[in-house]
Amino acid sequence: MKSWILPAMMMAASPAMADIAYVSNEKDDTLTLIDTDALEVLQTIDVGMRPRGIIFSHDYKYLYICASDSDAVQVLDVATNKIIHNLPSGEDPEQFALHPNNHHLYIANEDDAVVTVVDTEKRDVVAQIDVGVEPEGMAASPDGKWVINTSETTNMLHWIDASTQELVDNTLVDQRPRHVEFTKDGKTVWSSSEIGGTVSIVDVASKAITHTINFKIPGVHRDKIQPVGVKLTNNGKYAFVALGPANHVAVVDAKTYEVLDYLLVGRRVWMLEFANDQKLLLTTNGVSGDVSVIDTDDLKVIKTLKVGRYPWGVAVKP
Amino acid sequence: MKYWVAFKGIVIREMWRFWHQKARLVSALVRPLLWLVVFAAGFRAALGIAIIPPYDTYITYDVYIMPGLAGIILLFNGMQSSLSMVYDREMGSMKILLTSPLPRPFLLVSKLVAGAIISLLQAYAFFLIAWLLGIEVPLMGYVYAAPALLITALMLGALGLLLSSFIKQLENFAGVMNFVVFPMFFLSSALYPLWKLKESNEWLYWVSAYNPFTHGVELIRFALYESWNPTATWVTLVTTVVFCGVAIWGYDPKRGMQQKKKPSK
Repeated sequence: MKSWILPAMMMAASPAMADIAYVSNEKDDTLTLIDTDALEVLQTIDVGMRPRGIIFSHDYKYLYICASDSDAVQVLDVATNKIIHNLPSGEDPEQFALHPNNHHLYIANEDDAVVTVVDTEKRDVVAQIDVGVEPEGMAASPDGKWVINTSETTNMLHWIDASTQELVDNTLVDQRPRHVEFTKDGKTVWSSSEIGGTVSIVDVASKAITHTINFKIPGVHRDKIQPVGVKLTNNGKYAFVALGPANHVAVVDAKTYEVLDYLLVGRRVWMLEFANDQKLLLTTNGVSGDVSVIDTDDLKVIKTLKVGRYPWGVAVKP
Repeated sequence: MKYWVAFKGIVIREMWRFWHQKARLVSALVRPLLWLVVFAAGFRAALGIAIIPPYDTYITYDVYIMPGLAGIILLFNGMQSSLSMVYDREMGSMKILLTSPLPRPFLLVSKLVAGAIISLLQAYAFFLIAWLLGIEVPLMGYVYAAPALLITALMLGALGLLLSSFIKQLENFAGVMNFVVFPMFFLSSALYPLWKLKESNEWLYWVSAYNPFTHGVELIRFALYESWNPTATWVTLVTTVVFCGVAIWGYDPKRGMQQKKKPSK
């Protein structure tokens, strides 16, 4: 038998490894790990105080955790599920974005109105950039040219040039922008406004709003419709918007910006993340302490799983 | 063979009667549809009802009451069959049936099965309308629901049979509605989850938890969502057998209630 046949057969025989979703539980100071094939909780890991935003390094070796009340970004070794060290993050880190270069972490420091850029390898602060009041959402463009920060009180998107670490432009959006998401081609940005109740579509080249999406759910008061997490499918078909205390996720046609459906999930739905090659979408439901799983083909909620208290962020490792 | 002929005869007669009473089908469907469309709209719970088995996630109120309303169709049809039994007895056609050489329990059970088949048809007509209104369950759920609906229909038919053996006149049937149908319906999990009832009144919760109709509804609910509720199955089966037994006893001219109607010597 040729030497390559056996390993090839073994690979064919072994079942596809399930994705693992990591969910940060704000009130329990823990992470819940979920098997996204079996849709079961695997284990719970203790981490720093009030974990909120979480993201993986691009090689999935490390998980970065904003431990807001510990005033640190913690680094979890994914192989051992142990915290290996903290990064200097500035005060009260809540959300962050990892630059495509895999070592510049852009952290929003809510209390100080700055964005701190940390080198994850050298573990030092590269720059601190003054932005608007209460910085919150962060996103890096796929080409690495731009980093956008949203400020909740100034109601702006702040455009940071990643090559100079300087703020070069601002875009005024609706009240309390929470989250920004680049499209895969990097030409457009989707930005959710929690109090404004809208999602703004912003053209990257002109930095101007080209479209605003409004939401309306029968039987739900409009004040309860507070868009937060946004996720876009890679095929450019759908956008999913978490609507906070409205307990629904809006399904939006990513081409026409028409709202197609509202899917009922747990209470105060916050952040979203895809799993299993974007076949599933996971939502963190803060108040009900669970994670809902949406089938992105059928556009149906297939299951809701209990996790810890006040789940906030979610990241998925293939 | 003669058993089969008799059984077929009874079933066909019931079907024929049902087919010629179009108003009966319409009224059987209008009742649950009013609950589903009007009542459920008032309590829509747009923000979702907390998760309870067999549901895997949050649901709206209309989704919750759908299996309960199927149960209500079975309950009303069970009662209606017993109403027809009282009518048959008054008109004399029941006497003809019961004078057949075949064993009386067989004839009564055949009548019960005939009624249950009609209940089943009504329930599926209701599922179809509910589906058109956007309330759907997994495809296999509709298949699994058939035995669950049949057992529950038999249980409620047996209850009707039992009641009819004790009711002497058609006029007394209004009492059955007030003292049997409505309490059975409201003190069950058909319209609200029992934990909700427990929050406001523990006593009502326990009554509802022991109500056989609750178990019938839960059996249908679980089957519609492709799962099995063993407790509900056993309670429904045992209750069916008990109700059937008492009804057959009630229809026995030597022992049951029929005897009391004979003029005393």
